[in-house]
Amino acid sequence: MNSKMTTRNTKVMNRFDVTSRLIAKLKHEEAVIGGIGNTNFDLWAAGHRPQNFYMLGSMGLAFPIALGVALAQPGRRVFALEGDGSLLMQLGALATIAALKPKNLIMIVMDNGIYQITGAQPTPAAGVADIVAIAVGSGLANSAWAADEEDFERLVEAAMSATEPHLIAVRIDDKPGVGTTRRDPVQIRERFMHGLGVRELL
Amino acid sequence: MAIAEQQTSPQAAQGSSDGSWHGIVLQTLKRNEISLVPYVPDRVLTPLIKNLHADPFFTTFATAREEEAVGIVSGAWMGGRRGAVLMQTSGFATLANVLASLAVPYQIPLIMFVSERGTLGEFNYGQSLVCRTMRPVLDSLALEHHTITRLDELEFIADRSIKQAVTTQAPVALILNPLLTGGKTFDK
Repeated sequence: MNSKMTTRNTKVMNRFDVTSRLIAKLKHEEAVIGGIGNTNFDLWAAGHRPQNFYMLGSMGLAFPIALGVALAQPGRRVFALEGDGSLLMQLGALATIAALKPKNLIMIVMDNGIYQITGAQPTPAAGVADIVAIAVGSGLANSAWAADEEDFERLVEAAMSATEPHLIAVRIDDKPGVGTTRRDPVQIRERFMHGLGVRELL
Repeated sequence: MAIAEQQTSPQAAQGSSDGSWHGIVLQTLKRNEISLVPYVPDRVLTPLIKNLHADPFFTTFATAREEEAVGIVSGAWMGGRRGAVLMQTSGFATLANVLASLAVPYQIPLIMFVSERGTLGEFNYGQSLVCRTMRPVLDSLALEHHTITRLDELEFIADRSIKQAVTTQAPVALILNPLLTGGKTFDK
């Protein structure tokens, strides 16, 4: 299969580095949803923004949560960062997003083939399934592997002015997250809503 | 199911303001500005789903799993748009994790309508068993829930519960009992 070749040819990048590159590109108060575990730890470590939402559970729901934000605020770009293991829990969400075609949703998958945070056990998909092929098969035509960091930035830029949802998959190493998100769910939610202009802080 | 439904609401499936249970649910959603309604379908919910699709006020669509729908309305709430999730009893049984790790700790007013199967004439043993897990899960998280059995109480319970969920930032489950909807009966 072609996509497998593409996977093999992609550079193994680093989650924190890639996340930092994404954050540096955000100039218009774009929302960012960070999936459970290392994914949101590195989002936190890249520098807190009022438009960041950090998940402390509900593995696999980064894309659905981001879809909800995207449907609520169609004028704002919404990014979702998700791990490959998390995405495997909720593959059906890809078809839901493909059916709804939100023009402002950009999905980023950090694929290291392992459950790093629980002891680096391989996922059932590791070396077998191709996330981008799954996404394309789910109806998300604008799905691609980032070949390297520059290609990742190019794909992000292309997605920012797109009129259809985009998915960018990044092969990453086995490093843990750089920081640890402060686990205060109410404050996370309240600050996020403030960052989206939905309500004022007390 | 069609026969059973006629027993409780002869005007069923005629529209959204005919006094049927699903017409009252639709109007109550609209009055409370709940416009995003993802669902995993259920036979009993069919007229409600059909009428939601027919009404341009609503964005309504099927999701692959109930927790996906919970994620969607949670994100929408944070973005300033209200939603509600429609599901069947067996679907609710898949939600313990997302309730305990998203809706409750983040204080999200998750509004759930659950079509109750597994009681009052259930013909599938698995459905009757899964039904028995629903209220213990709700009670274990001290979640507000009401079982609606009467048409004349539906609007009051639904409207007040939605308002309470929003103002207290807490989830609520509205369980649509077969006494209200007619339920699903063995009609082979």
